[in-house]
Amino acid sequence: MTLIKTSYNRRSFLKASTAAGGGLMLGFSWLASCSPSKEKLITMPDSWFDINAYIKIGENGVVTIFSPNPEIGQNVKTSMPMIVAEELDVDWEYVVVEQAPLNTVDFKRQVAGGSNSIRASWDALRMAGATARRMLLEAAAKEWNVPVNELTTEKGVIKHASGKSIGYGEVSSMAATIEVPAEVELKDVKDFKIIGKPTGNVDIDKIITGKPLFGLDYKEDGMLIAMLVHAPAFGMTLKSFEAEAAKQMPGIVDVISVKTAPDEKTWSDNNAFTEIVAVVGKTTWQVMKAKKSLSIEWEWASTPESSYDHERKLADSLKEPVSKPERIDGNPEKAFKEAAKVIERTYTAPFLAHNTMEPMNFFANVTEHKAELTGPIQTPENLRKSAASLLGLPEDNVSVMMTRMGGGFGRRLYGNFGLEAAAISQKVKAPVKLVYTREDDMTQGLYRPAYAVKYRAALDKDNNLIGFHVKGTGIHGSAVYANRFPAGAVDNYLAESVGVDSSITTGAWRAPRSNFISGVESAFLDEVAEEAGADPIDFRLKLFERNMKDPVGEKNDYEAERYAGVLKLVREKANWGTETSGVFRGVSAYFCHNSYVAQIVDLVKENGTPKVKKVWCAVDCGIVVNPEGAKNQVEGSIVDGIGHGMFSSLTFKEGTAEQQNFDKYRLIRHSEAPEEIETFFVESDIHPTGLGEPALPPVVGALANALYKATGKRVYSQPFAQKDIVLG
Amino acid sequence: MASFQLQVNGKKHQVEAEPDTPLLWILREHLDLPGTKFGCGIAQCGACTVHFNGVAIRSCSTTVSSAVGASITTIEGLSEKGDHPVQQAWKKLDVPQCGYCQSGQIMSAAALLKQNKAPSDDEIEGAMNGNICRCGTYVRIKAAIKSAASEMN
Repeated sequence: MTLIKTSYNRRSFLKASTAAGGGLMLGFSWLASCSPSKEKLITMPDSWFDINAYIKIGENGVVTIFSPNPEIGQNVKTSMPMIVAEELDVDWEYVVVEQAPLNTVDFKRQVAGGSNSIRASWDALRMAGATARRMLLEAAAKEWNVPVNELTTEKGVIKHASGKSIGYGEVSSMAATIEVPAEVELKDVKDFKIIGKPTGNVDIDKIITGKPLFGLDYKEDGMLIAMLVHAPAFGMTLKSFEAEAAKQMPGIVDVISVKTAPDEKTWSDNNAFTEIVAVVGKTTWQVMKAKKSLSIEWEWASTPESSYDHERKLADSLKEPVSKPERIDGNPEKAFKEAAKVIERTYTAPFLAHNTMEPMNFFANVTEHKAELTGPIQTPENLRKSAASLLGLPEDNVSVMMTRMGGGFGRRLYGNFGLEAAAISQKVKAPVKLVYTREDDMTQGLYRPAYAVKYRAALDKDNNLIGFHVKGTGIHGSAVYANRFPAGAVDNYLAESVGVDSSITTGAWRAPRSNFISGVESAFLDEVAEEAGADPIDFRLKLFERNMKDPVGEKNDYEAERYAGVLKLVREKANWGTETSGVFRGVSAYFCHNSYVAQIVDLVKENGTPKVKKVWCAVDCGIVVNPEGAKNQVEGSIVDGIGHGMFSSLTFKEGTAEQQNFDKYRLIRHSEAPEEIETFFVESDIHPTGLGEPALPPVVGALANALYKATGKRVYSQPFAQKDIVLG
Repeated sequence: MASFQLQVNGKKHQVEAEPDTPLLWILREHLDLPGTKFGCGIAQCGACTVHFNGVAIRSCSTTVSSAVGASITTIEGLSEKGDHPVQQAWKKLDVPQCGYCQSGQIMSAAALLKQNKAPSDDEIEGAMNGNICRCGTYVRIKAAIKSAASEMN
């Protein structure tokens, strides 16, 4: 049992308890109308008692748990409440989950990003459950006039040594008046009953029956539809527009231009098109048609850029001398000079669009004194700050409610669409829902940067790795993580980063930087191991051993033992080393978001075409909160990584994206997905680490290595399918 | 504007719209059936899949005027209680991640199983290749289709 100081104070408790009895913490009728999902199975209570911001309990024992973080498909709407329920000690069958709105007083870090939801809120979620449990116990102790330490709980029932028992619901009204304890006890990991149990998605019934859940489904009375036109190319700005014809079209209310850059910016305000033309009307189709009739003049504000120029600039930047390396150990120059063998390879990858299946959209209702914003956003707090600045309203008068998101992948960290909706609503003085077309979405991106990296490895005459040099570049920024493996395992090590500037906006795309650097590092190490005559797993394990015995340098961002652990686990599970006729294997391993992943890709050839037969995956992410959701994340990440490494690319001509919809932008499809994915989690009692991203990066390398085995060719530029390599 | 009589989920509806309005927007905005999703608008992603006389079609590229006289089924009308074998299999195997594409996936899968009670892997891939899942739940979708097929046989 662990004692933990609570961070609740009397003030926040009182604030929460003012709503006790009414159960109306949320005023969003649309969202309330589509929750909770268990209504048919269990009877909803007549009154709710707010125990704290995470928990309200009905008089009949039904518990509502508010999930604080945005849900983008990473399944936190299930896994975060599971953690609260665990410490509260309730029966999961009697829990209903609701999405909490943005509330920075009571919740921490309401962000979907960095695979950090569970990591950052693990303690807070447990504390919320444990605090509520303690308050319920104290209420029961008071009721029975017995000491609290004579009471135990089990599945929502408080029991006394004498044999009497009482349900949480029956003491919930009294518990709501109990002073918040200064200290609470947390469960031992071994006593977890809900955490670690495969648990279904709390929104499953709504998803499979098509209930409104997503931003695009949101509506309010009197709401208008808005669509925008942004500059057709990066580097262009608005000059003038002619909208008379559009205004005469059926259903059209107005055509306006709005500026959307707030004075006070956050890091989420990364947007190339800050003056847009908006068409506002009654229905989406009417607005879509009117949009096409607009006549708009744009002008160049910077030089038009094309992919051809980008490739040249990236290659040139790798030749530039670097005055300040990111990391240097030993004497790399000497090691390369004395090496018996030097291997040098350059890898490249293109821009990628996020392409969430649900296009960008947002609802805004801006009136003179306040703004209500509802929609799919990974960074609601940043949106509130920026919207307040843009609209000239105090932050307290701006509310943000998150809907379930049809994917995030980093795109919705940048809430330009929320600001656009707010600016349009303010100008037309009406509630509006802004809807992007797929083309709007793909051409107004914060793309995964285009990257290039050059690796050099020095082997001595006995094939020991004596020198390692990585130099990365990109638009914008390099993908190199200077302190990650093989840093710390090679005596002479040099990491350098350069970059290329551009008018094209880039941002975080699932597993930023790692999504490129992991795959190419795995491919390069595979080639180096081959040159050294070593098995690629043995080659890495030797380096990890070196790090464990005698680490090079002081700052190494990984634990070699856990890193080696996942490699050994996947090696054992997949029977690595046993040759199967017609199966071509590649291996990889990577550490990011504090988690370790090793993968083996098995390719077969069908009619001469390589096909991913199976992917084996070992993961060390500490305690696995929901094994079912965790496996799903791993599987999805693997498919995502294979798809983007193999097929996807966004290129530019004169500042304009050449792929604007799924006819030209290739995403992986059913027939290209692996036939099977098997995932093995390392048993652990370490607090949970990230899982929404870490299984994506390495699979690109394992795929490249397996393709080499199947085709005899090493692939150095992504997407691999651009060359004479196909996947079927 | 013109008036169209549609048969959706077993009920007759009268809608006023321009003849070229895609069925997708009629369903979502005129008939309050938001389960059918907008993904690409050019019949490339399958998020808007509905049944047109029992056949899976993309409602983003089917006009309201061409839907007159047809029997249209959306995800909301696939089963009365959300218990179509395909829906049940999706739940059993906890298929969705973000969930946005899944009504389209379910409608394509249900149409496939109506025509072919025991599809092979190739047949499943052929029928489902028009439905993109950006979260990458393809492996679970295939398993769920097989599970639903065995329930139905």
